[in-house]
Amino acid sequence: MSEYFHSVRLDKSKCIGCTNCIKRCPTEAIRVRDGKAHILEERCIDCGECIRVCPEHAKYAITDTFEMLRKFKYRLAIPAPSLFGQFAGKLSDIEIIATLKMLGFDEVLEVALGADYVSMAYRKYFQRQDVLRPAISSACPALVRLIQVRFPTLIPHIIPIESPMEITAYLAKKEFAEKQNIALTEVGVFFISPCPAKVTAVRQPVASSTYVDGIISISEIYGLIIRNHSKLRHFPELLKTSRPRASSGGLRWARPGGESIGFSNNISHVQVQGIDHIIKVLEQVEMGKLRNVDFLELQACPGGCLGGPLTVENPFVARVYLNQMANDRTETAGITAEEFQGIEDSGALYFNADIKARQIMRLDEDIAKALEKVEKVENLTQSLPGLDCGACGSPTCRALAEDIVQGLANRTYCTIELRSDVRKLAERMLEFAQHLPPTMEKKTQEAKKDEDE
Amino acid sequence: MKMSFPIASDDFVQAGEASSKIKRILKQIGIPSGIIRRVSIAVYESEMNIVIHASDGEITLSVSADGIDIISSDQGPGIADLELAMQEGYSTASEEVRRQGFGAGMGLPNIKKSCDQLNIESELGKGTTLTMHFNLTESEV
Ligand SMILES: Nc1ncnc2c1ncn2[C@@H]1O[C@H](COP(=O)(O)OP(=O)(O)OP(=O)(O)O)[C@@H](O)[C@H]1O
Ligand code: SF4
Ligand SMILES: [Mg+2]
Repeated sequence: MSEYFHSVRLDKSKCIGCTNCIKRCPTEAIRVRDGKAHILEERCIDCGECIRVCPEHAKYAITDTFEMLRKFKYRLAIPAPSLFGQFAGKLSDIEIIATLKMLGFDEVLEVALGADYVSMAYRKYFQRQDVLRPAISSACPALVRLIQVRFPTLIPHIIPIESPMEITAYLAKKEFAEKQNIALTEVGVFFISPCPAKVTAVRQPVASSTYVDGIISISEIYGLIIRNHSKLRHFPELLKTSRPRASSGGLRWARPGGESIGFSNNISHVQVQGIDHIIKVLEQVEMGKLRNVDFLELQACPGGCLGGPLTVENPFVARVYLNQMANDRTETAGITAEEFQGIEDSGALYFNADIKARQIMRLDEDIAKALEKVEKVENLTQSLPGLDCGACGSPTCRALAEDIVQGLANRTYCTIELRSDVRKLAERMLEFAQHLPPTMEKKTQEAKKDEDE
Repeated sequence: MKMSFPIASDDFVQAGEASSKIKRILKQIGIPSGIIRRVSIAVYESEMNIVIHASDGEITLSVSADGIDIISSDQGPGIADLELAMQEGYSTASEEVRRQGFGAGMGLPNIKKSCDQLNIESELGKGTTLTMHFNLTESEV
């Protein structure tokens, strides 16, 4: 197995070698070589930006399939809050939960409830004296990985609190096993996910182990729910046992601003969605700005998790339905101090390892050699046309220069360069053509004279 | 290795670019992130001081086995009272500039905190030059 697991993959047979994805990738992780895109494993953060932008649908995310449920005696579903915004207001939260049970899950616990716990934990975190400001939310795994690869200096700003998904998985597993008096290993927890980044977060956690056993995409389960929910009328008892437990705030975590809802006015917060904007804001934080902001809520997807690459409904439309549903919920989930303490004591609430930097930008292990390479890259970049057209298969002229210095590309990949070389060659050919051998010079001169007369 | 980046006075749109570029280069060299962090704060503050208080200037980066050296120089009005300028909270920034979120009087003090050695030369009517040195061995705060 390779060092990195990735959920985002390329279907080579569909890829036509266009350059849409290389230009959009926030970590410059894609190159087009031999007419096909290649993902550089160590750079990919599984944000799914390329899935969104690929006109050929050649990029996809691998998740677990429904088949995997069979591996466990008992199975629990933990749906992301974004699932609840997908059904155009036609299905209530109770109906969605009941349908999941009908599809074969023994219990369903909303990740929104884990979000309620995380909100409490965040509030408690800000009472600490040693918080490095701005503190950065850790719920979006694509974002955490972006920081690992592009902004390692900001790792200490990440709040070391687990994601709502993890806390919910722990809660669901523990509650169910206790109630049924069975071993934890008999229970499989399945996250119903809006994004590939969560798949990677489970297969290869950044700073902890995981309680999640499988991931099913919202887009896969959406069809099953739509096709089957009408059969609920045969199972009236399911509706009675499917009350949601999360608060309105927990549900709103799926949308921009949701993570900051529980804060009092004295915690200032900035919310940014979309990876381009996030990069600009993180650049500023690296320069020492935004120190008077307490909390940075960052979501890689435009529209928050509702805009995740594996959702079905348009994020702005979904937001309306999610809000309507949230309005009918209570403002707090009624989590008692003892319950919170219980989770805190279990250790499930906090990261149990440090987040590590991934130095993908470094040109060489050896600083002296890296220095030389930096200079070469700089000179090469100056000598390239600077159009950043991407026709060479690298995202920018500078990236091509880096690839050349690393021995991964060739100067002739630049079509503009090639053209100017061809032009120079053509000019020389013309020049040669005009210089005739001495034996022929006389004849042509005479011919010319004839013409003139 | 040595590289220069010109800074244009009053150009708030481009401000921060030298800092971004220098950061990228240092990441490519593989400088430890704690040091990059301090360099980028110092460069950014110097850059902003040129944009806000001086006329055009230039920031130079050199990296060698001895460490990282940054020189920020401008042909601006110079600093009248250096001791005062180094105090936290002292600023001559205009009301307009303050409204943009600058002028807290924290730039120079933060530069001093960020680098391992700082030398400032300033002459009224001529300009200001900051020479900053960063050690490559990480003795992190
Ligand atoms: N390059 C410069 N040329 C002329 N004057 C300068 C220069 N750099 C700093 N100063 C003077 O020193 C003062 C203090 O600088 P400092 O960077 O500490 O604060 P500031 O720029 O006013 O505010 P802040 O950096 O917090 O936005 C400035 O207000 C200005 O009067
Ligand atoms: S914003 Fe939400 S859906 Fe998008 S990558 Fe982050 S966690 Fe996943
Ligand atoms: Mg300043």
